Amino acid sequence: MARAVTARQKTINSIAAWAVGLLIFFPILWIIVMSFKTEGDAIKAPLEVLTAPWTLENYGVVQERSDYSRHFVNSVILAFGSTLLGLLIAVPAAWAMAFVPSKRTKDILLWMLSTKMLPAVGVLYPIYLLFIQLGLLDSRAGLVVVLMLINLPIIVWMLYTYFKEIPGEILEAARMDGATLHEEILYVLTPMAIPGMASTVLLNVILAWNEAFWTLNLTAAKAAPLTAFIASYSSPEGLFYAKLSAASTMAIAPILIMGWFSQKQLVRGLTFGAVK
Amino acid sequence: MFLKNALRAAVALSLTAAGSAHAETITIATVNNGDMIRMQGYTNDFTAKTGHEVEWVTLEENVLRQRVTTDISTKGGQFDIMTIGMYETPIWGANGWLVPLNDLSAEYDVDDILPAMRGGLSHDGTLYAAPFYGESSMIMYRTDLMEKAGLEMPAAPTWEFIREAAAAMDDPESDTNGVCLRGKAGWGEGGAFITVTANSFGARWFDEDWRAQFDQPEWKAALTFFVNLMNDYGPQGYATNGFNENLSLFQQGKCGMWIDATVAASFVTNPDDSTVADKVGFALAPDNGLGKRSNWLWAWALAIPAGTQKEAAAKQFIEWATSKGYIELVAANEGWANVPPGARTSLYENPEYQAVPFAQMTLDSINAADPNNPTVKPVPYVGIQFVAIPEFAGIATEVSQEFSAVYAGQQTVEEALAKAQALTTDAMEAAGY
Repeated sequence: MARAVTARQKTINSIAAWAVGLLIFFPILWIIVMSFKTEGDAIKAPLEVLTAPWTLENYGVVQERSDYSRHFVNSVILAFGSTLLGLLIAVPAAWAMAFVPSKRTKDILLWMLSTKMLPAVGVLYPIYLLFIQLGLLDSRAGLVVVLMLINLPIIVWMLYTYFKEIPGEILEAARMDGATLHEEILYVLTPMAIPGMASTVLLNVILAWNEAFWTLNLTAAKAAPLTAFIASYSSPEGLFYAKLSAASTMAIAPILIMGWFSQKQLVRGLTFGAVK
Repeated sequence: MFLKNALRAAVALSLTAAGSAHAETITIATVNNGDMIRMQGYTNDFTAKTGHEVEWVTLEENVLRQRVTTDISTKGGQFDIMTIGMYETPIWGANGWLVPLNDLSAEYDVDDILPAMRGGLSHDGTLYAAPFYGESSMIMYRTDLMEKAGLEMPAAPTWEFIREAAAAMDDPESDTNGVCLRGKAGWGEGGAFITVTANSFGARWFDEDWRAQFDQPEWKAALTFFVNLMNDYGPQGYATNGFNENLSLFQQGKCGMWIDATVAASFVTNPDDSTVADKVGFALAPDNGLGKRSNWLWAWALAIPAGTQKEAAAKQFIEWATSKGYIELVAANEGWANVPPGARTSLYENPEYQAVPFAQMTLDSINAADPNNPTVKPVPYVGIQFVAIPEFAGIATEVSQEFSAVYAGQQTVEEALAKAQALTTDAMEAAGY
């Protein structure tokens, strides 16, 4: 029997949800607020920051000093490129693990996930030397591969979880109807796993967009994405909060907007299979 | 006629080809400091003079260090010029990672570089980086509050005077702290400040046999003095205050005194950002009567990594950016107060620059710093606020974390010094000293 939810409980739940939401969003909101203040005002006490006059000056300075569009294009290529490349590898891998598991499938999955626990700096030098040898330093192609490798365990895991929810009988029926493996994955499995795949793509685009270790260490002038754009506004000697906030706002705006419009899809995908 | 025209065309083509063969695009890694950003704005002047294009990679200071260290140690060749400091230059020069700058043109006048800067950016007498701007540290104080307190700042005060003045100017009711100093963990932040303070108390990082010295009474005296001074008259939460936090406090009129980098003088006297711009006086960093002042020496300098394919163009850029001509270019467009300070002797001989309020005190502070004899007793190392060995950055970061824990009230001076002694001894033994 379903529990009755009183109006009071609903109100409490709503307030709690709004409070948690605001708490999580507050740092971003504060960055946006500071980006519209002068450097002098941005360092004042919070109440004084709010009452100080608003200005677009920082956006003008950032626009004048940095090539935003170049960094933006690099971010888009790296985020979507690495995710799509990851999908190409992860879909067959997850299919095999979900529908044709072996005795070692669980171990392989756990081993894949364990690579995420390795501190990135531990492999910086080997990767750097490899990139020198292959001529991939400061190239988008090299970074697409590295970001794909970093996120591959997550993509495989997510797809594996979604595929496990799909009844194997449906695929069997397709096979009995004469579908080849390629047709089975492309025309039967993929349409059924679309919500899960969409959320996998969205989550990995966000992760790749925000990745700031490899994108800072393997790029210089040509392939640097928006993470490098933000990093260039931190200063050891001199006030920089307002300009840094403007640069950060410009860098996170596209992914924030994308996340906002696709949140339904994202939540649907992330909770896929959670309730049976 | 046809032959003549063909010949002309061939000559023109070959000249164009020769011209374009010489024009290079150089990549420069730098930090986001006011003077560096200003230099980026004048890149067109360099391109017009030489034909070379410049690509800038601006990074946060610690990211820059990590990034260029990785690149230079693996010979990655990502950068043709790197912005580095006095700590890295002699170490990297000794490793053969940098191109020696021993063939700069006569017009460049390398002898005009301030001796302290030239010495700090050299290894075995060879210059490995050209200073773009240099700095020491000094006292910046509120002239109005000092007058109200009935005190007069001596040109070369002692720590005891600083304590007295801080007590007199401290006014919690008006949110004015007697003194603001760095307490933030990090070898270049609070670590640098406590090291120069300790120098003036006669303390040293290592004795002549590279043995850690935190168990000596000088360190205890210095750290105890600093902690008492800041607990009594410093801002709340000073354990997390670095340069920028103190700059903002001073600019808002919340500090009676601030002892920090000379480059801050132009910020605190800038009426656009500072509410106390017309009430700031300057004095040499304090001493403790032992003959050593607590001021440091630092330069942001331009160096060429060994292995670059564009060494000639890179040298041309360095000659342009650190030349007398560049200083004149900035002065003509933005005034003398905005030229990069602390690098050239001729700048301080210029009557127009002498009129800048903080010019003489900056020069005096730089001249008062001696990287070869940083403290009272003899030391085996070079460097004032740092020790120019590769292990120092890691050790000093940990030591400064222990000290910051004292500032935050999490442990005692004795506990922090004992931990500093143990971790420094372990690290130095592991490094083979």
